[in-house]
Amino acid sequence: MSIFEFKKNIHLVRILNVKAVNIDELIAGLEKIPANSVYYHTHRFLKQHQSVSPEPPNDFAYWIEKALNMKKLSEIVASVNILEFGKLSELKRKYIEVIKENTTTYERQKKCAANEEFVFMGCNTFIVSTGQKAENLSEFYEKIKFIESNSIYFHIFESRLRLDSNINDFQSWMLENKYGKIAEEMGKWDPYNMTVENLRNKILNLIRKHI
Amino acid sequence: MIDNYGSIIGEKEIIELKSIAEKLKGKKILNVNSTFKGGGVAEILNKMIPIMESMGINIKWDIIKGDADFYGVTKKFHNALHGVKENFSAEDFEIFLQTNNKNIEKINLDADIVFIHDPQPIALVNAKKNNGWFWRCHIDLTNSDEKVYNFLKQFISKYDACVFSSPYFSKTDIEIPQYLIFPSIDPMSDKNKELDDKLIEKVFFDFNIDIKRPIITQISRFDRLKDPIGVIKAYKMVKRHVDCQLVLAGGGADDDPEGAKVYEEVLEEKKDDPDIHILMLAQNDILINALQRGSTVILQKSLKEGFGLTISEALWKKKPVIASNVGGIRYQITHKYNGLLSNSIEGTAHYIKQLIENPEYAAYLALNGRNHVKENFLITRHIKEYMLMFLTEKNKDVIYF
Repeated sequence: MSIFEFKKNIHLVRILNVKAVNIDELIAGLEKIPANSVYYHTHRFLKQHQSVSPEPPNDFAYWIEKALNMKKLSEIVASVNILEFGKLSELKRKYIEVIKENTTTYERQKKCAANEEFVFMGCNTFIVSTGQKAENLSEFYEKIKFIESNSIYFHIFESRLRLDSNINDFQSWMLENKYGKIAEEMGKWDPYNMTVENLRNKILNLIRKHI
Repeated sequence: MIDNYGSIIGEKEIIELKSIAEKLKGKKILNVNSTFKGGGVAEILNKMIPIMESMGINIKWDIIKGDADFYGVTKKFHNALHGVKENFSAEDFEIFLQTNNKNIEKINLDADIVFIHDPQPIALVNAKKNNGWFWRCHIDLTNSDEKVYNFLKQFISKYDACVFSSPYFSKTDIEIPQYLIFPSIDPMSDKNKELDDKLIEKVFFDFNIDIKRPIITQISRFDRLKDPIGVIKAYKMVKRHVDCQLVLAGGGADDDPEGAKVYEEVLEEKKDDPDIHILMLAQNDILINALQRGSTVILQKSLKEGFGLTISEALWKKKPVIASNVGGIRYQITHKYNGLLSNSIEGTAHYIKQLIENPEYAAYLALNGRNHVKENFLITRHIKEYMLMFLTEKNKDVIYF
């Protein structure tokens, strides 16, 4: 079996030179920003509040509701299923598309209040080893029990989008080591709707059936 | 020293901090600002540098020196960057440059990493060689005077990166990388450390405040922007329905004529209500800590706020907080998740009643608040992000350690 090395990430947040005061500028900003900025704005809350999810929606949706009072559009943007996208560039296109489709020219020009503009941000990612490794499924199970939540977050959420892949690191290792059923079951989950701790328990429950 | 924080942030975090610090070994880091004492920058450097040294980092701190004329000019710069109208002569800019140039000759700027804090020493960057230079701006530049900002911009562009405390403080025409690094609180400091219950009770007893009845507290200087009158009005609305006391505690305003005036206005608004306690306090961190810990609800009803670290201080103490929906407060509180954001006196009163009448809800918000601060606003996170910034590599978004 191949060895699974548990890693985690640390983010250093960057402020980009792009701000938006209305939907038109939000669309223009989305066109301009690098893909990792989309990652930051759709996962920041998850990372910051991983201990007490369910988390608030993504930054775009949050701003559209709070600063522009466009509740319906906010809900539509928040409902974009990130799991359907293996590439951040595709996710970015989707946001632009749904925002355009669900607003009129007039609505797109409605400005937010002063000091409430949307500031696009991104992040530098530092990937570090946790020092923990698993050489088989039983070891993997034992490590998952105690591995820091940031590592679960990294392997489930970040690695999938960073590597432009449709599956997360855990699924990838399971497939590589002939645990296709575990990978398949994991593929059905929506990790965006559970806390990292609930996700940990779900992984443990699933693996327990196979060891 | 860093090990002392293990009981708060966990041993894994300590190991992570040490492993990042390891990568800075062999590098010399120099901080430069304008004072060793007084002000937020000196306060944070005084706490950070010993912690970083305890992880084996070679970090030093120096200050620039100037005469009264120089500090007169930098004071005007400070006001102008905050949007206050000031008049500048060519000589002002000359004084600023000459003083920075003199300091270039006196300060050894050959460290591998030079970290400059605020505008006063910004032009030291003229001595930049192949080493890394970073500029920390604690000021909101969005309404800055164009003349001063454009003067400073010529220096900003020479740095490798700059740091802001809020995305709203930055400008879109800065071309070097801009990092967002929030300020922080030190959980081991007198202002935030755990206190004995008896000490807390004694503080309230000494001020003749009944700790057994609900207490609403706002800690802030007597400044109109902190809206102490609004706080009293909100308290009075609550008092009609719920038994409670109000504590407004803040630092001395002896050298601030407007502060003294606001203090008088607050006393006038209090009238003869014995349950309103207006406390003009000398600097005493333990006392502030005790007042926060013994309170039922903490308010920060500012009309304008830079970052407002008193919010994080209160949340760290597992206190439910109601704060205005302004400035950096919004980064510390997500409405109805780890606190309540209000936009009016009426809203503040409404939320105070909710929290006093529903202690379970208050405890839920407070616990989320404590976790939020633990993950985002402690000094250890602040140090980690500074170290990461020093380790960034040009044009690389992902770095493998």
